[in-house]
Amino acid sequence: MNTEILKLLENDARLTPAQIAIMLDMPVEAVNAQIAELEANGTVVGYKTIIDWEKTGIESVSAMIEVKLTPQKDKGFDRVAEKLYNYPEVQSVYLMSGAYDLSVMIEGKTMKEVASFVSQKLSTIDSVISTATHFVLHKYKDKGMVYDLPEIDERGTFN
Amino acid sequence: MIDYSKVLSKTVVETPKSGIRKFFDLMNTMSDVVGLTVGEPDFQTPWHIREAGIESLEKGRTYYTANAGLSELRSEISNYMARRFGISYVPEKEVIVTVGGSEAIDIAFRSLIEPGDEVIVPTPSFVCYAPLARMSGGVPVILETKFENNFKIDPEALKAAITPKTKLLVLPYPNNPTGAIMTKAELEEIAEILRDTNIIVLSDEIYAELTYTGDHCSVASIEGMKERTIVASGFSKAYAMTGWRLGYICAPAPLTEQMLKIHQYGIMSSPTTSQFAAIEALKNGDEDIKMMHDEYNRRRRYIYNGLKSIGIEAFEPEGAFYIFPNIGSFGLSGEEFCSKLLYDYKCAIVPGNAFGAGGEGFARISYAYSIKHITQALERIEAFVKSL
Ligand SMILES: Cc1ncc(COP(=O)(O)O)c(C=O)c1O
Repeated sequence: MNTEILKLLENDARLTPAQIAIMLDMPVEAVNAQIAELEANGTVVGYKTIIDWEKTGIESVSAMIEVKLTPQKDKGFDRVAEKLYNYPEVQSVYLMSGAYDLSVMIEGKTMKEVASFVSQKLSTIDSVISTATHFVLHKYKDKGMVYDLPEIDERGTFN
Repeated sequence: MIDYSKVLSKTVVETPKSGIRKFFDLMNTMSDVVGLTVGEPDFQTPWHIREAGIESLEKGRTYYTANAGLSELRSEISNYMARRFGISYVPEKEVIVTVGGSEAIDIAFRSLIEPGDEVIVPTPSFVCYAPLARMSGGVPVILETKFENNFKIDPEALKAAITPKTKLLVLPYPNNPTGAIMTKAELEEIAEILRDTNIIVLSDEIYAELTYTGDHCSVASIEGMKERTIVASGFSKAYAMTGWRLGYICAPAPLTEQMLKIHQYGIMSSPTTSQFAAIEALKNGDEDIKMMHDEYNRRRRYIYNGLKSIGIEAFEPEGAFYIFPNIGSFGLSGEEFCSKLLYDYKCAIVPGNAFGAGGEGFARISYAYSIKHITQALERIEAFVKSL
């Protein structure tokens, strides 16, 4: 498997197969084939854009919710996770080691929306023992990208 | 009124400003320019290296170091030279930590050159050699390298340039601006010419970590050459540490002993914070070097192919982070080509003649930029070339 292609795409999903082919000194057909395969087998899960919504002035609220569950057997955790990730407002669901079981990132338009998700959708699930909701106050960095203005190139050039 | 022209050193006054600077100043008067002009990494210094510098400040290590540099740093440099290039230098006697490769070049010249001594300077090359040699009282003898020859030194041409007055040969590989390298076999031929002479080689190996078609070979590792070679190198390019101003010299003790005097009286010691950071770089920076190297390599292929598809002929660079295309076929001089490209298409590259004889008809394009930036610049170059 070509992890170089993955690393390039992870960094910049907008690179075209033709560009990648040149950068890695590979035939473009091979790059196309590999990307198709990586998509088909689920290694490449998808392509998205990282947006700093704060800069648009559009209100949005994100929160990280710690969820404790009653001990489960077999696919118990999976079932709860599936139930949660089907809600479109849920951005991520992680199974965690340590003091709680699931970490759920949720994005809503308002605090009220998030609160109602927790009280009406999350807490009502049978195996949920408790939840702790932490609202995000400001995003500094997400998915490896810093939420700031692009740096001005101030490099000198006398050499 | 004081007449400054009477008080200033004639040698200095007559030294031309760098041709790159001229172009840069021009570019700065315009907006929305996409430039491929800079000669330094676009990466930030890796965080763990910056942290080591910060930690040294937190611990109050704000003193001068030994003139030649922290002994731990000199040991690490010595280890590095052995590990990477198979040359052994005694850290206590054969290594000096300098203010960049720049100071290393300067003190090498100043410790060797007597008035009238000739310094062979292959061109196109980095802009400092001839001016610094002249300021030391030397006479630069230009040895033009050729596109047909992949910008390598031709042994026959070198032989012809040597006279009884030749004191030094500058060996600027991997090369800024051409991206040329010299392989071990090619260096052997140069060594063969020099072995029985008293000519000292100043090997500027600042881009040693950035080669793409094989590992760098230091001329000092070739039989009989260590005793006549001064290696000048530094942290700027390999570790993206330009602003830290740190480099070093490795050379036989009888030479470093004299160079150290110049460094001692002129500089005292190199920046202490930078020296602590550099220790961390040498100890734990191999992966960073590789990461940046691989990224430059991808950009190198990208820009080489990009230019080719536009119809601009270039020598495929093997080192550093520059490409030096031939723009002579468009019926414009290098300066005209670059000025028009700048004024009409807002893309800046550096005319090749800024790097000395042999550079006319070429331009230096740096690929120390993101792929996105390079793509934008290539689009402008393409539009310009199509208009010609
Ligand atoms: C060939 C060459 N040598 C030496 C230097 C000097 O680098 P520094 O003084 O930052 O080590 C440069 C910088 O551009 C260079 O291109």
